[in-house]
Amino acid sequence: MAVMLALEHISKTFNPGTINEKRALIDITLRMEEGDFVTVIGGNGAGKSTLLNAAAGVWPIDTGRILIDGRDVTGLPDYQRAGLIGRVFQDPRTGTAATMQIDENMALAARRGKRRGLGWGVTAAERDQYKEKLKLLDLGLEDRLTVKVGLLSGGQRQALTLLMATLQNPKVLLLDEHTAALDPKTAQKVLDATERVVSRDNLTTLMITHNMKDAIAHGNRLIMMNEGRIILDIGGEEKKKLTVEDLLRKFSVASGEEFASDEALLG
Amino acid sequence: MGIASYFASLNPAGLLGRFPAGIAQGIIWGIMALGVYITFRLLDIADLTVDGSFTTGGAVTVMLILAGWNPWLAILAALLAGILAGMVTGILHTALGIPAILAGILTQFALYSINLAIMGMKANQAVSVDKYYLSITSRNVPAAILIGGLTAAVIIGLLYWYFGTEQGSALRATGCNPVMSRAQGININVMKVLGLALSNGLVALAGGLMAQFQGFSDINMGRGSIVIGLAAVIIGEVIGEATLGKHLNFAGRLAFVVLGGVIYYMVVILVLWLKLDSNMLKLFTAIIVAVFLAVPNLKAHARNSFGRAARNAAAGTSDKEAE
Repeated sequence: MAVMLALEHISKTFNPGTINEKRALIDITLRMEEGDFVTVIGGNGAGKSTLLNAAAGVWPIDTGRILIDGRDVTGLPDYQRAGLIGRVFQDPRTGTAATMQIDENMALAARRGKRRGLGWGVTAAERDQYKEKLKLLDLGLEDRLTVKVGLLSGGQRQALTLLMATLQNPKVLLLDEHTAALDPKTAQKVLDATERVVSRDNLTTLMITHNMKDAIAHGNRLIMMNEGRIILDIGGEEKKKLTVEDLLRKFSVASGEEFASDEALLG
Repeated sequence: MGIASYFASLNPAGLLGRFPAGIAQGIIWGIMALGVYITFRLLDIADLTVDGSFTTGGAVTVMLILAGWNPWLAILAALLAGILAGMVTGILHTALGIPAILAGILTQFALYSINLAIMGMKANQAVSVDKYYLSITSRNVPAAILIGGLTAAVIIGLLYWYFGTEQGSALRATGCNPVMSRAQGININVMKVLGLALSNGLVALAGGLMAQFQGFSDINMGRGSIVIGLAAVIIGEVIGEATLGKHLNFAGRLAFVVLGGVIYYMVVILVLWLKLDSNMLKLFTAIIVAVFLAVPNLKAHARNSFGRAARNAAAGTSDKEAE
């Protein structure tokens, strides 16, 4: 199988040479094969979001290489590699444009990575297509195509963002704690929708979660981060049999300390 | 002067007589306000370049007409000059990282010298309708209203089309949510430069119309354009939402912005007719704009403030004591 996302020896230090210097990523190597669904856990400041933002191209990395589907994207800013990537953010407000309509938001996503010229922003044919896609979410949004996204609930906006991120089969899907800001019931719905679309389209997915149970329940591989490094990488049969207790034990062995996030244990 | 003699000195016919010219001038300010709408509402940038680029438009138009150009071609040249001015602000802001408001001030400041140079180092240049063919003039007010109205209608049509295209949608998204826009592959710096260029192009075009209408360009003709533009945008939005509410579409919004310009100018005429000191006009305008900009914040504050929380808490305590 082909390697879809390759992070090779990447490092990133924020505010180098100042009192706020933070070595956020230290010589990280991670290779994901096509269809891999990797969940990422770790405490606050472990480097989970930094890892994901490095892959997305939010800022340049200091050292190392990033390849997506064999293409070196190390030198490309986020908007230039966006055609290869689908992203869903923690804050439901981040992934959509509030003052624009549902269909306009989807049309923006449908043109990700393509040249934006003077053709219509949304065509009638697209609207029909979007209606069908929205029906699958089962949130009643298919009848509200021209409603401004700012009027939707957090859960609806996050489901829409997920739909937008996967509208044109991205090479890599990056989910940054995308259910953390939702109530438990809505979070489960969005998580179910994620599972459905990832397995349907065989998407290569990197999902950060603060919830150990979710990290174990989803995906075929789990990595744990601590202080800018990947300290655990569990896949295959071992991942299937994993329990929260196992994880905690492995964490203290790997890092030499206790896991210090109540949220991750209780969530 | 007693109050009775003050009212006796006011001439209602004089007010009515001034309205038509006021409408024509208001439409031109309204076209200028369409440019302000693009930056202020769509890009979420308060762009102060416009005070300079309005004058640039007037200066370029007058000088080219004096050089024998067709007035419409001269206005197109003014449009291009405004686009260039907007691009300079955009590049200062995006490529060089200068805050948008400061970038606009810098360009506006520089334009003062450039505008003087365009006008041959003179503070004003006259272009008489008796000697030159003009596209719009205060000498023929009905025609000026017609031409101004048609120009505004064409511009609104073009903007309505453009902001419905892929590129126009990307520009709107940039103003609404830059993080999302980048994630959707939009180069937000390019979009900001584009929006600023388009905005200042329209402002300069309006400056070209104004210079012809009044028969001269003046180095200070653009002073306060941003405030007048904001006044028109805000007045137009308030009236548009009050009359059409949810049915107000994008083209409607733009039309109401032009109407806002007309209403603003009607108020100016009323103030002058009332023999209020016209030197105070800018103070009145600033106060009106400040009030309208503040109202949404004040409304939100009334619903959600620490003062209110304290009053609720105090009320809650007394309830318990009563039990």
